[in-house]
Amino acid sequence: MSFYRMHIIIPMDEEAVEHGAIEVKRELSELIEKNNLKDEVKVIETGPVGVVGKGVVMIIYPERLYYYNVKPSDVKEIFEEHIVKGRIVKRIEHDYGEKRAGKIVDYKTVGLTREQKRVVLDRCSIINTLDMEEVIAKGGYSAIEKIISEKIKPEEIIEEVKNSGLRGRGGAGFPTGLKWDFTRRTPGDEKYLICNADEGEPGTYKDRLILEGDPHKLIEAMIIGGYAVGAEKGYIYIRGEYQLSIERTQKAIDDARKFNLLGKNILESGINFDIEIKKGAGAYVCGEETALIESLEGKRGQPRKKPPYPVNKGLWEKPTAVNNVETLANIPAIIINGANWFKNLGAVNSSGTKVFTILGHVEYPGLVEVEMGTPLKDIINIYGGGVKKGKKFKAALIGGAAGVFLSEKLLNVSMDYESLKENKAVLGSGAILVMDEDTSIPEILFSILKFFAHESCGQCSPCRIGTRHLVDLIYKIKNGEGTEKDLDMMLKIVETMKETSFCPLGQSVIMPVKSALTNFKEDFIKILNKKNNEEVLNA
Amino acid sequence: MKRDEIINGFEKKAENLLSMLHEIQDSKEEHYLDKEDLIAASDYLGLPYSFVHGVATFYTMYSLKPRGKYIVRICQSPPCHLMGSTTISKELMKVLGVKFGETTEDKLFTLEMSSCLGVCGVAPAMMINDRVYGNLNPEKIKEIIEQLRREK
Repeated sequence: MSFYRMHIIIPMDEEAVEHGAIEVKRELSELIEKNNLKDEVKVIETGPVGVVGKGVVMIIYPERLYYYNVKPSDVKEIFEEHIVKGRIVKRIEHDYGEKRAGKIVDYKTVGLTREQKRVVLDRCSIINTLDMEEVIAKGGYSAIEKIISEKIKPEEIIEEVKNSGLRGRGGAGFPTGLKWDFTRRTPGDEKYLICNADEGEPGTYKDRLILEGDPHKLIEAMIIGGYAVGAEKGYIYIRGEYQLSIERTQKAIDDARKFNLLGKNILESGINFDIEIKKGAGAYVCGEETALIESLEGKRGQPRKKPPYPVNKGLWEKPTAVNNVETLANIPAIIINGANWFKNLGAVNSSGTKVFTILGHVEYPGLVEVEMGTPLKDIINIYGGGVKKGKKFKAALIGGAAGVFLSEKLLNVSMDYESLKENKAVLGSGAILVMDEDTSIPEILFSILKFFAHESCGQCSPCRIGTRHLVDLIYKIKNGEGTEKDLDMMLKIVETMKETSFCPLGQSVIMPVKSALTNFKEDFIKILNKKNNEEVLNA
Repeated sequence: MKRDEIINGFEKKAENLLSMLHEIQDSKEEHYLDKEDLIAASDYLGLPYSFVHGVATFYTMYSLKPRGKYIVRICQSPPCHLMGSTTISKELMKVLGVKFGETTEDKLFTLEMSSCLGVCGVAPAMMINDRVYGNLNPEKIKEIIEQLRREK
């Protein structure tokens, strides 16, 4: 094996490919080959790094220098100047990452390249996560190895996960260990483990990053989960729009089978487990676990009555544990480092880290993994770089469409389950949509309600009819034709929907509506009774 | 026939319906499912036709109407809305000369709305077939559509 003096990382995601990442990589590899440097310089293709809106990104190690918006035509210059002579090509936008070895090389204090606390995404952007040997060298499947060599029993795994305090990262925050325990304890000859990768909450793409960036981590977690709950078959339900995720995850599954990490008698341990990918077909409601199960069975994705819960009667009426991608991705680290290590990360009743997606009016939209309990303002200002173009902060929508509008007053809130709950908000999927002073809250609420009306599955009338009425009302209001009475009616509708809707989709519409009408009431009041008012119409 | 080949490649299990419909639809130039496709799937899997029809109309990714070679799906979710997807939608309607749900006369483009595409970092965004386009503005829309028109 050669010792490389330099590693060059080119992350591939939809955006990078669109901007010519494949050409950049090919060009660079050719130059390295031609100049006989292939024993010195290594080019690695990785999953997404979490920097977005910067075209093709190139990261050069050991200095950890990020080049942004690299074009195929820039490659020759980077090669001749940086790779051969060691000089930074200043013409191209670049940036150093975190502090290194005690020496501060950071000239910027903000941005997504700052040091994060990465547990779930630790391997993304460091290695080629689709290369099995690299994955194993970087700790991949070592949790399985530990379980097999130390003969850890399923009950002990469940105990460890329970003690770690890991809670579901999909939105509801249910303790994962408990879910597994229920599934294990329910009698049944066949059980299933399902990974919910139907990521549809607007503003959320953390699961896509894991599926594209480190699918082996998910596979390893599912083997452990399957062994713990007593399932020999697992499914990953990926939304149909995520074509690249499906391809990369499928490749990882095929490779894992070749290494006998999936299939019969895994590594001669007596454990049997295999995974199949199921592709969704476009339905937000399928993110709800019983709707997802219906869809997996080949039906319309309409939620089931609960109870019975899936842990008792799930897929084909068999005991089934349904876990979110990010939740599962925490499992290997918990097995390796122990429950106490995990518990020491994060906040009270919110162990571990959380992947947040920062979007909207911020300087650096993208994704960041930090400890639970990190203040909202730090995520927005430090990682997101603050509000775009130096404008003033107005609101943040936390947790996607089924989330809550927070005003400036709550910028100090800690981002964890309990603190948010105290402030009548939810962590949800971890999306943070930042809005500047020029944003019209009624306009955003209109977009949210349109979304719910479209995605309501139509099974129960409070949701089907309620969402439709809400769209009509907000449309009227945003066009200046609304009255006080319309605002009251909106609240009445969402409260009724909360009480009477069949599933969380209809029940959660109250969150954006009530928080917008409470925290930003003046935005609505000032446009009431303004029919034909130029100011309103042009806003 | 292509359809029979696809269908026969599946095990006769109801759970395969969604994947089967995906594959049939993807194999057709006009990206849609016609009545015969649904009947063939229901016969093979032993499911009532009404059931298969119900599934095909529940999910937004299936279409029962012929569509263009390129399916343009513009993200309508709140993050894209905030970053200006309304302007993009208007520009697309202008450039293509069709409304949402319609196909251009040359059968090249179908314009659709889409829920969150999960590329919110580059909002406003759209997807054309399997490819994602982000950081859109009216000029970029024109460029992309013109390029596809040239490629045909």
